[in-house]
Amino acid sequence: MSSLNKSSFVKVFLSYLPLIFLFISVFNEFDFNYLEIENFTFNFVHILIFYWTLKNLDRFGYLSIFLAGVINDVVVGIPIGVSSFCYLILCSVTAYIRNITLSPNFVKDWFSFLFTIILINSIQVIILDLIFLIEISYISYLINSSFTFLFYPVFFILFNFLNQSISVKQND
Amino acid sequence: MSVGRDDFVIAFRSAFLKKKDKQKFSLLSLILLSLVVIILSNLNFKPIKLVKLGINEIIYRTSFIISKPEKYLQNLNSKFNEHMNLFENYKNIKSELEILKEEKITNNFLKLENEKLRSLIDENINSTEILAKVMIDRESPFLRTIILNKGTRDNIKLGMAVIDSVYLVGQIIEVNYSNSRALLLSDLNSKIPSVLAPQNMQVVISGTGKNYGVIEHTKDDLEENLLITDTIIYTSGLGGLFKPGIPIGKISKDQKNKVNFFSDFTQLDFVKIISLNFGDEK
Repeated sequence: MSSLNKSSFVKVFLSYLPLIFLFISVFNEFDFNYLEIENFTFNFVHILIFYWTLKNLDRFGYLSIFLAGVINDVVVGIPIGVSSFCYLILCSVTAYIRNITLSPNFVKDWFSFLFTIILINSIQVIILDLIFLIEISYISYLINSSFTFLFYPVFFILFNFLNQSISVKQND
Repeated sequence: MSVGRDDFVIAFRSAFLKKKDKQKFSLLSLILLSLVVIILSNLNFKPIKLVKLGINEIIYRTSFIISKPEKYLQNLNSKFNEHMNLFENYKNIKSELEILKEEKITNNFLKLENEKLRSLIDENINSTEILAKVMIDRESPFLRTIILNKGTRDNIKLGMAVIDSVYLVGQIIEVNYSNSRALLLSDLNSKIPSVLAPQNMQVVISGTGKNYGVIEHTKDDLEENLLITDTIIYTSGLGGLFKPGIPIGKISKDQKNKVNFFSDFTQLDFVKIISLNFGDEK
């Protein structure tokens, strides 16, 4: 009986893990800045949302992504709604890819991800720089996008492993 | 061709308008909602302001609690580095101490003289200091700000200077009821009216988004002056926001136009928020 309870707890915990990751990373603004490696930053949230909305949408509600965006804006100090808008644009690209893809392919996903992060970072730059007149560094955005793109395969493997664990537990 | 376009339209409509079983809202409705939020958050209506303050209060407090483990890791990393460089630091500090001892004697005399001269011209600048704890220090690559645990209930106002011991670190840009946000000197949007010593030139120090600043808006012959000797930068007090004479940073003679800030913004734990009063003003 106890093992059954334990198993159901693990199942529930694993299924909520992507959502927990999302909220912890927006509250923390998870970017490894404390390592003090100059110019090293990547956007973990973009990778997280892209993977899970593409591969297993049941783990993320669009409303929770919207709320995560609001939290991120407050923590970072940019106008509220900007990150939510960008995250939801990311979701719409993944929804489109999901609808047109018959046989998923990692390389296609990876390059779609590159297109998506360039698109959403451009939107963010346009909103912040041209509409709200907040001075930002284009180079920082470019470096951030590059590292985010390069780190995607690493997290793809980790999230694939997690996704399989969730599916196995749910089918038990 | 028309089949291809139909496929695109179907995929597009399905992506934006259809909800899956577990989704309560469609993507399109949430995208529209976020656009409304962007517009509303920048209007100066009182109800919107109050909602924004409430959201800020809750999120800052939660972020403070959630970022505790990351902060612990951060401290562990800096302690490890300090430990590794202990002997090197000891040697540097010892030589610096000797120089400081000599300078202190001269400074005491100058301080007395300065006070005497100020009283002669009847100039009276008072400042009150409020100690604040740094709740969140999110040095994001895009915006460099810190969240402090003092707000309107502690009489914090927009534009107040934030200092770390005696060094300027930034200024207050957002005030909530129990907390506030300070823009660090290293942020691209930070512009501080300053004065160079010993050149005695008025300049504006701007952040770069990195750990150093640069001089903006000044005369062309400045570069030659910077190469002669090390330059210390103080606040000039122009604009009436900052008290004049708060140390900001230093430009070494071999580093052209690169302002190294005195304070290490990654190690801020407690800071002082200064309000400036001229004459008998309270």
